[in-house]
Amino acid sequence: METAFACLVGLLFAAALYLMLSGVLVKFVFGLALIGNGINLLILTAGRLQNNNPPLIQAGETTLVEPVANALPQALILTAIVIGFAMVTFLLILLYRAYAYAGTLDADEGPFLEEWREDDACPEPFVRTQQEINRIERDRQR
Amino acid sequence: MNIVLILPILVPLVTAILSVFFRTRDRLAHGLALGGAILHLGAALLLLVTVLETKVTVLWVGGWPAPFGICLVADYLSSVMVLITAVIHLAVTAYSRSDIDHEMISTGFHPLLNMLTAAICGAFLTGDLFNLYVWFEVMLMASFGLLVMGHRPCQLTGAVKYVTVNLISTLFFITAIGLIYGLTGTLNMADLHAKAAAVENSALLTAAAMLLLSGFAIKAALFPLFFWLPASYHTLPVSVSAYFAGMLSKVGIYALLRMFTLVFIGRTDITHATLMVVAALTMLFGVIGAASQVEIRRILSFHIISQVGYMALGIALLTPLAVAGAIVYLVHHIIVKANLFLVSGLVRQVGGTMHLKRIGGLYRDYGLLAILFFIPAFALAGFPPLSGFWAKLLIIKAALEIEQYGLAILAAVVGLLTVLSMVKIWTEAFWKPAPAEQPPPSGQPLSWWLLAPVMLLALTTVLMGLFIEPVIQFAMVAAEQLLNPHAYIDAVLGGGR
Repeated sequence: METAFACLVGLLFAAALYLMLSGVLVKFVFGLALIGNGINLLILTAGRLQNNNPPLIQAGETTLVEPVANALPQALILTAIVIGFAMVTFLLILLYRAYAYAGTLDADEGPFLEEWREDDACPEPFVRTQQEINRIERDRQR
Repeated sequence: MNIVLILPILVPLVTAILSVFFRTRDRLAHGLALGGAILHLGAALLLLVTVLETKVTVLWVGGWPAPFGICLVADYLSSVMVLITAVIHLAVTAYSRSDIDHEMISTGFHPLLNMLTAAICGAFLTGDLFNLYVWFEVMLMASFGLLVMGHRPCQLTGAVKYVTVNLISTLFFITAIGLIYGLTGTLNMADLHAKAAAVENSALLTAAAMLLLSGFAIKAALFPLFFWLPASYHTLPVSVSAYFAGMLSKVGIYALLRMFTLVFIGRTDITHATLMVVAALTMLFGVIGAASQVEIRRILSFHIISQVGYMALGIALLTPLAVAGAIVYLVHHIIVKANLFLVSGLVRQVGGTMHLKRIGGLYRDYGLLAILFFIPAFALAGFPPLSGFWAKLLIIKAALEIEQYGLAILAAVVGLLTVLSMVKIWTEAFWKPAPAEQPPPSGQPLSWWLLAPVMLLALTTVLMGLFIEPVIQFAMVAAEQLLNPHAYIDAVLGGGR
């Protein structure tokens, strides 16, 4: 069982690393989601897999009766899932905004290679987001 | 219950929540944040006093028996880091009054800054590895928010680099946590000390340690993983960049310092030897990178990297003197670097730009500003008697003591090159005649909200340099606690519940 899990974790890591190193930022997000799941499985496997009973104290007992599943990795994974979800969401929005400006999400293309300096003019974005349209509208009214 | 320990986390957390409600009213929001920052400083001082009395203070959150719950631990190192965070937080909050506009406040500048502060203090105080991970994530999330706030869209490419690279670092971190838990069955740092030494599969443990090292190295911007830092810091509002420059990479250094003195000391021939090479290269490449830059904040960003190398070197040498040197360096560097970024904001205020080619003559028209730049800049470069000199001296002396002559020479040479960069800013911005397109001095004095934090931090630098003896004493005790962690472990595991 643990060997199978270890292989699965390895497979997920390999696929995720391939995606993340591809240089296209959308693939990076997919890789991030995938490797997050791989790591969660890794933690689950690290907490040992053989015991299947839920870790609940039976009626009339005062302590746990072995064997039970290890609850701690599940708590860790739950936390990691929530955090991973937030990170992927944020990254998606950030990439959408970056795409609206740059017109590309290929990290090897111009906008991502140049270092922006504070004095440099900001070129017209590729797509205007609603916030920018609102801001331009506000500025015009002043 | 030892409430003192949780106050430095709770105060900014409460301030963050409260300031969400006042974010549309600039003055009120700023007043609230300032009040919160002063309270936070008070809480940090209280913690330092408590720790000076008790050496190590522990709080088991929720009252679980050791080592099952999550504990907060403060020793000398943690408490001084919390104090310095509070100082920078207060300085930046005061400075933000004139620097942060209405749009940024209404999108939540103060809540995010306070969340970031709470997370950093949490990372300094926690005694649990997974809890450290969670604080790192909170810190990342808050810093992401500040990073993209109120921005022109072309700054987003720098943010993308920052976000992706830092996400990879947390992936390393959590993977290492999974492996360490599988090998030892515990994630409490004090408990790990004994259990990690007893692990049979030491190769896998070393692999986990190296993963952790890589994760923290990305956070601390060590060679070769530092590119995210100079790509993003110069695009931020000045207050935010000062806070980031002072605190963020130093949390990575703190985590290295904690984990690689308390837990992973079994295979120093692999972990610390690697760190030593990495630290040397970091110092060198950071300072060389700075030489080719012409924008003040870009130069300073590269110097963060080279300075962080000194601290990593202190950790890698692992003698009491070296670790004490790293701690002095941490404190000195946070104050000086945050101050330099704040001063760069003043330079832009009067000169209109941070490009060295387009400004000049500030020495003639703004004498006070020149002094305020001079103090932190030459403290950074290591001029006696300013604090940077002593910090560098400790590290170099520690390297000489264990006959690492090459590293000592490198550290000295990097110090010289730092002088070169500071002199470059000095001559270009202050001494060079003003270029024709520069606006003439307006005669309008700089706001006290901007000047006061800069002056106070500069004063701290000078005082720290003049009265270095107690600081070094303190750092020696802190280093002793790190290298002989029995007091720490006894306090955590013995005094629980």
